[in-house]
Amino acid sequence: MSDIFWLNILIIGGIALCSAILLHITAKKFSIPTDVKEDQIDAVLPQANCGGCGFAGCRDFARACAHSTPTNFSTLYCPVGKSDVMQKVSRILGYNAQARKETCAVLHCNGSCQAAPQKINYEGLKNCRVAHLTTVGESECPDGCLRFGDCVSVCQFGALSIDKDTGLPVVDANKCTSCGACVNICPRHLFEIRPISENNQQVYVACQNKQKGAVARKNCKNACIACKKCALICPEITIENNLSDIPSSISPQEFGQKLKETCPTGAIIYQTQVKREKKNV
Amino acid sequence: MCNKKTFSLGGIHLNKHKISALSPIQEAGVPPLVYIPVKQHIGAPAQIIVKVGDKVKIGTLLAKANEGISANVHSSVAGEIKKIEEIEAENGYSEQVITIQTSADEYEEGIDNSEEINNDIPQSLEEIKELIKSAGIVGMGGAGFPTPIKTSIPENKSVQYLIINGIECEPYLTADGALMLEKPEQIVIGAKILNKVLGIQNAIIAIDENKPQAIEKITKITKRYIGVNVAVCKSKYPQGGEKQLITAITGREVPSGRLPIDVGCVVQNVATVFAVYEAVMKHKPLYERIVTVSGDTSITTAGNYRTRIGTPAEYLLDLAQTDKSKISKLLFGGPMMGTAATNLHSPINKKTGGLLVLQAQEATKPDESCCIRCGKCAEVCPVGLMPFAIASNLRRNNTAPLKALHVADCIECGSCAYTCPAKVPLLDYCKLGKYEVHKQK
Repeated sequence: MSDIFWLNILIIGGIALCSAILLHITAKKFSIPTDVKEDQIDAVLPQANCGGCGFAGCRDFARACAHSTPTNFSTLYCPVGKSDVMQKVSRILGYNAQARKETCAVLHCNGSCQAAPQKINYEGLKNCRVAHLTTVGESECPDGCLRFGDCVSVCQFGALSIDKDTGLPVVDANKCTSCGACVNICPRHLFEIRPISENNQQVYVACQNKQKGAVARKNCKNACIACKKCALICPEITIENNLSDIPSSISPQEFGQKLKETCPTGAIIYQTQVKREKKNV
Repeated sequence: MCNKKTFSLGGIHLNKHKISALSPIQEAGVPPLVYIPVKQHIGAPAQIIVKVGDKVKIGTLLAKANEGISANVHSSVAGEIKKIEEIEAENGYSEQVITIQTSADEYEEGIDNSEEINNDIPQSLEEIKELIKSAGIVGMGGAGFPTPIKTSIPENKSVQYLIINGIECEPYLTADGALMLEKPEQIVIGAKILNKVLGIQNAIIAIDENKPQAIEKITKITKRYIGVNVAVCKSKYPQGGEKQLITAITGREVPSGRLPIDVGCVVQNVATVFAVYEAVMKHKPLYERIVTVSGDTSITTAGNYRTRIGTPAEYLLDLAQTDKSKISKLLFGGPMMGTAATNLHSPINKKTGGLLVLQAQEATKPDESCCIRCGKCAEVCPVGLMPFAIASNLRRNNTAPLKALHVADCIECGSCAYTCPAKVPLLDYCKLGKYEVHKQK
């Protein structure tokens, strides 16, 4: 009886010992070194996994940060966490974080239901990309907003909504994280991530129609007709492809009001208060 | 005729509505103004070589093929160039056109306009190739792929079959059928010419069983010509799809993402083959085609018209005595794959096989309800896709699995949307899927 007992102990114990040694060796040999910094950075990231930084997700971005050098670190930016998060990340890495200008998405189209009324009865799937592929869209403007709201469906942060009166998507700058999802999904490339000036202002051309003035105006009352009046006020403004382009470098405070008043069609939008003031409750 | 061929996977049976099947080809005549688009094919638009005020004759070269994939564009009328402008194409986007004010017909030198059938192919191979190229021939079945590129075989590939597509599986359209009835010999000679270009002796004219007269006529003629045969195919949609037709005739399947040439086949539409005949034997560039006007018989009289390229749709509709005020929907092409037009004045191009006018009752889309996962769409898909899965992923903006669902192989035949009992716009979802996959590349 006792013989069998001790034999069992010996055999089972032996197997356990062998397995333990084997496991220990394999664990040592095939271990994947985890980067402590990577874990630390991952912990401070917002975990939105939106892809706005250009990487597959937050973990991927953390890895890129951990492997960055002081010189290429400046190219990495988390648009959701903004400078707060980037400062934390740079503290972990021991680098100097450079402050970036605040940005938000803007829509380069002002073709509201009133300015560009529905002329075609589109019966296909109510989806901007399908409408863009199969036909010109309900308003007949080949470059304008299709007003089916693909951008609204793709925004993770609830920053976009369709205005019931105009039919156009509206950006809530307080919620917008500049992740760029709307820029990527819009089949007509109407969105741009544009800096907000220090005094919370923006001025831009809300039109992408490249048709000649008369044709553009027939499709939409708010279209840019390339009359060049804005270029007379500010020499930095360029006119190309029948379309005015206001660079983001010009000061909205200085030129905004004048540009808005000069534009005969209302294609230039001057926003005096992009972000709402936060109220203390 | 017991051995009717068809493809193996999916497919649907449609009500054919071939109202104008036996109506003769009528001359559409010359409208006062024609608008000739410079891009009537897949690829780069042709380069305009004429200017405003130039006098042109029928067959004058207006725009030269660009490098790469492109095709020449010729004048379809005699007259004076009024404008080079941008007008609305049938889908609403603007396209560049050459507007010509027409005068009495006057042909460019060398064009043989007689009806006489010329059946000896005397020219050398190089000469034939040059004639096909300069005539600006493109695939007239609807895709508009330049024919010279399709018939020049890469060095490491070989061809065994030339398949002439006379199926015309779209309902309503009868342009190809009418052509086969009236010009059977020319089509067979055209097939011989293409046989020579490809260096084979194996052309097969595939005709749908719903065109018995055409089958009879062409079979009789092919007995006198070596290397051209007739194959009768079952009436099934989309039998006229390039890849479906190859499977039906040869039993070979074109692999995903590959071309028919990879399985040794070249497919040409009958209208294209007729254009090849006219280019090589009659020195006629491609400036006219047969267009079916059909649809709701209470507002239009259906017919087949020999139409000059650039004729506004409106002109043809007037010829067919269409009540324009009652048109609810005008389609360029057939009801399954045609483009819904946004206007009545856009011009006919080389790819337009038909104009279809529908009244509100026929054109209205039924309301969509929820997918019940019955799987009918997967059953009828001729490529073997799962349209319901593609749609459900796209509804959630989930583009990652699309590649694995092989949506890029979709031929946009519309069988899934047609058969769906819940009336989900599955074709639109498939188009969206293809767009997304293309974007991921």
